[in-house]
Amino acid sequence: MGTIGAGTLIQASYFVAAALFILGLKRMSSPVTARSGIIWAGIGMVVATLITFMTPGMGNYLLMTVAIAVGGIAAWVTGRRVAMANMPQMIALYNGMGGGAAGAIAAVELFAGHVEGVTVLTLGVLGGVIGAVSFSGSLIAFAKLQGLIKSSFRFRGQNIVNLLILAGTVVAGAIIVVHGGGGMAQHVTLLFVLALVLGITMTLPIGGADMPVVISLYNALTGLAVAFEGFVLNNAAMIIAGTVVGSAGTLLTQLMAKAMNRSLANVLFSGFGESPAAGGAAGPAGTLKAIDAADVAVMLGFSEKVIVVPGYGMAVAQAQHKVWELCQALIARGVAVKFAIHPVAGRMPGHMNVLLAEAGVPYDLIYDETEINAEFETADAALVIGANDVVNPVARTDKSSPIYGMPILNADKAKNVIVIKRGQGAGFSGIENALFYLDHTRMLYGDGQAKAGELVQAIKAL
Amino acid sequence: MIDGFIALYIFMLAAFTGYEVIARVPVILHTPLMSGSNFVHGIVLVGAMVAMGRAATTLEITIAFLGVVLAAGNAVGGYAVTERMLEMFKSSKGKSTGKGAH
Repeated sequence: MGTIGAGTLIQASYFVAAALFILGLKRMSSPVTARSGIIWAGIGMVVATLITFMTPGMGNYLLMTVAIAVGGIAAWVTGRRVAMANMPQMIALYNGMGGGAAGAIAAVELFAGHVEGVTVLTLGVLGGVIGAVSFSGSLIAFAKLQGLIKSSFRFRGQNIVNLLILAGTVVAGAIIVVHGGGGMAQHVTLLFVLALVLGITMTLPIGGADMPVVISLYNALTGLAVAFEGFVLNNAAMIIAGTVVGSAGTLLTQLMAKAMNRSLANVLFSGFGESPAAGGAAGPAGTLKAIDAADVAVMLGFSEKVIVVPGYGMAVAQAQHKVWELCQALIARGVAVKFAIHPVAGRMPGHMNVLLAEAGVPYDLIYDETEINAEFETADAALVIGANDVVNPVARTDKSSPIYGMPILNADKAKNVIVIKRGQGAGFSGIENALFYLDHTRMLYGDGQAKAGELVQAIKAL
Repeated sequence: MIDGFIALYIFMLAAFTGYEVIARVPVILHTPLMSGSNFVHGIVLVGAMVAMGRAATTLEITIAFLGVVLAAGNAVGGYAVTERMLEMFKSSKGKSTGKGAH
């Protein structure tokens, strides 16, 4: 087969891969076809990867195969093993790797002086910078969600420092573009060092509660970086797949920010998300009233309708299986049980649905905030497990609260509220929860899984 | 091969495609979909391979090697976690109908 034959075959394969990616994503946007969607996209990826080995004029095949094996096997093993509760940070990690790869492509091509022409050089530099920012930023996001970095390094004038680093990056990039061609090793090195630092300093101040939005943003940015490097390498599959992810990811980021009642600018530059309660200095009125599992069992067992509000705390305690067992015991007694899921329950929109699906909770018992909020008034009990900010009524009432205006689940409207909670500390956002202090709220302290287990036994004994 | 305005047209149409494909997706699929789109930009692997195939100096080869490792991690890891999540959605639906039977 001549060079032209191989070239045509490669282009045709990339074309097929790009089509499979788009069809796959389309199928992934509906629950019925979602599973087949990832398989379609996966086939596209395998086709594109295999055919790339046929690219004329390439070397380093052995090292290349080793690199694919190393990265692929490591990612496969970790991806298969990771607990569902830790999924968001794994997505951040894999996404960061993609950004790093785009940055590496730009670095290799710029060091080698392969990139020529102002337009292509600009795109190459831009893609490299965006990829590098996405790489280091995603690693910070991973470290934060994994609990490796606990505090949010914040200082006065942080935005100005970030702006200066960005300005330095732009200047270094502009010099490379204007100068053109190779022989710019020092500037290229400086460019990538600055971009990597920028990713770190941009992400460090952002609080844990906002991380999902940030991860989604970096996902979109990586897509864009891949598309730009696609222009450099003249690779249509990269341009199309990268751009599709870039725009889809941007839309997804906006949807997530909207679900959390935040604007993207707010997330990136305000530094809220982990700040201690600014407003409500007086603290909620009332006291925390503890209750034991036996009394809760009676209360739930003789209810007609119970609404369960699970939060990330449930996932941390790995309690979803026990909670579903508890609900099955209640259903067996004729109690109507429903699950109320806040859009941002868990660490990401839709994360809680994944966790409940893992425990085997049927779809038809799960309701989202708009579907179920009116029903709390008719519920005998709301059982809040490891959820905090998403049921905090100050979001409706206290204008000085950082979460004011966020849509919440109206658990406080239920006749009785039971809160299963590890201890008396404040939630992820550090805001005191007025729900816990209400007259008809009782606190069941302890590990979610252990307490749910006790409740199952107590209810079966009723 | 792909130059000037043709490239711009591809870019524009792909951007609209991405937007349209994701629009009106239910919240329950946000996490899997983000993971799925994360997998799709794993196509950066083919670029990293091409860059490595053309790399000449030790520095270039080293960076390209890292790039291929990272890109392979993006593609394979993205596939592994997305497939796992979506698999559960399927089984939960099956169980759901099973529960309704008795």
